[in-house]
Amino acid sequence: MGLVAWAQRAFHKTGSPRWFFAGSRRWMVGLYVAGIALIVVGSTMGLGFVPPERYQGDSFRILFVHVPAVHLAQTIYIAVAVAGLVYLVWRMKMAELVIAAAAPVGMALTAAGLATGVVWGIPTWGTGWVWDARIMSTLVLLLLFFGLLALRQAIPRPDRAAMAVSLLAVVGAVNLPIIKYSVEWFTTLHQPASITLGDRPAIAPAFLVPLALNALGYYCLAAGIVIAALRMKIVERESGTSWVADWLDSREHEGR
Amino acid sequence: MTAFLGLFQRDLLVALRRPTDAANPLVFFVLAVLLLGVGAGGAERGLGDSAAGAVWVLALFANLLAVEGVFRRDFDDGSLEQLLIHARPRFAAVLGKLAANWSCAGLPVLVLSPLALFVLGHSTAGAGMTMLTLLLGTPTLTLLGAIGAALTAGTGRGGLLLAALVMPFYLPVLIFGAGASTAAVDGQDAAFELLFLGALLTGSITAAPFAVGKALAISQEY
Repeated sequence: MGLVAWAQRAFHKTGSPRWFFAGSRRWMVGLYVAGIALIVVGSTMGLGFVPPERYQGDSFRILFVHVPAVHLAQTIYIAVAVAGLVYLVWRMKMAELVIAAAAPVGMALTAAGLATGVVWGIPTWGTGWVWDARIMSTLVLLLLFFGLLALRQAIPRPDRAAMAVSLLAVVGAVNLPIIKYSVEWFTTLHQPASITLGDRPAIAPAFLVPLALNALGYYCLAAGIVIAALRMKIVERESGTSWVADWLDSREHEGR
Repeated sequence: MTAFLGLFQRDLLVALRRPTDAANPLVFFVLAVLLLGVGAGGAERGLGDSAAGAVWVLALFANLLAVEGVFRRDFDDGSLEQLLIHARPRFAAVLGKLAANWSCAGLPVLVLSPLALFVLGHSTAGAGMTMLTLLLGTPTLTLLGAIGAALTAGTGRGGLLLAALVMPFYLPVLIFGAGASTAAVDGQDAAFELLFLGALLTGSITAAPFAVGKALAISQEY
């Protein structure tokens, strides 16, 4: 009972822009530091110390960027869709701001995933781009993120824009299963996922450690960036309130 | 059922009274096919068997063009608001409007598609399959496109914004539609693609009108 009450309290506090803004600075800094440290360690291991792969030589090392980027982009879309649902049901202001803050990050990661995929494909597959289901699904993800941002900008009234964007996010989530399972429906050049929960990973442990470190680092850094963007959106959205004015005053007072 | 038939009849009548507006997507389709034929090198060469894919893409854009304006006039003159207040179930009313919209764009394109394939130099083998895939696929395009049209209703910006919004949802339909046509030309079994198109159609008939209704309600709020 104590735990449930605590969780409810935490949920409502995070849902209040003011509370979130006051408490999130520490989180942001912590996630930035953790993310950068993990990525530095993981990438150094992956690029410098892991032995080359038997068939692909050194070109496989782009794996440590490609896989975390695409994976994180999909996770961000799930988060965006959940936020959309939360906004549609409870009209929680923060949920819509989460969409606005996370979508550009997701879009950048999807673009990075596609770009690294092309670079990786040229030496290994012999072609940078094939019209295969999985590549297309990632392209679809890019378009979905873009659509969310474009729609948000096209509707001038913030409340209406928030509702429309949330609805679009939920409708777009219908595509996510297609993204996830398209590899199994089609047999294409793309290898099926090597790491699934419950099975022994079909990837050598030497490669797994830097990959896991990088993936974790990407998650932390992206979370930090999203929180930073959220804080900015909060100040923008709440600029008429007294607490924002007080905060600005205190900043000036401290000479920051 | 009355809501469905009522709006279906009304929208068809509106289209008949303004034939130039209603014929826009069809004119686009015909012109694009003709230009494509010229661009592909005239009579003796044509596009060959890749014409099925081209016809599918043109049908997709013709559909998008038609669905873009499906709510605009009703939004402007306020009858959309009346529809949202009175039409029960809203689901059926939305379906009625979309059925009328498809009858003015998807259906004529479907009817003209064998001619388009012929003009573009496609072999006669795949024509029936292309028609079948268009029959299964283009209603899905109308239903999915209507979600985007409803979301952008009243923003005064359709066009490119709508295209960007709904293209992700259109892609699977195009993949399986054009895929089945190609498979038929190659003499392969297209059952998988056809089943998938059917699944997409049934899925969107059941789910899309709710999303459209919700999006239309948003357009009237605030």
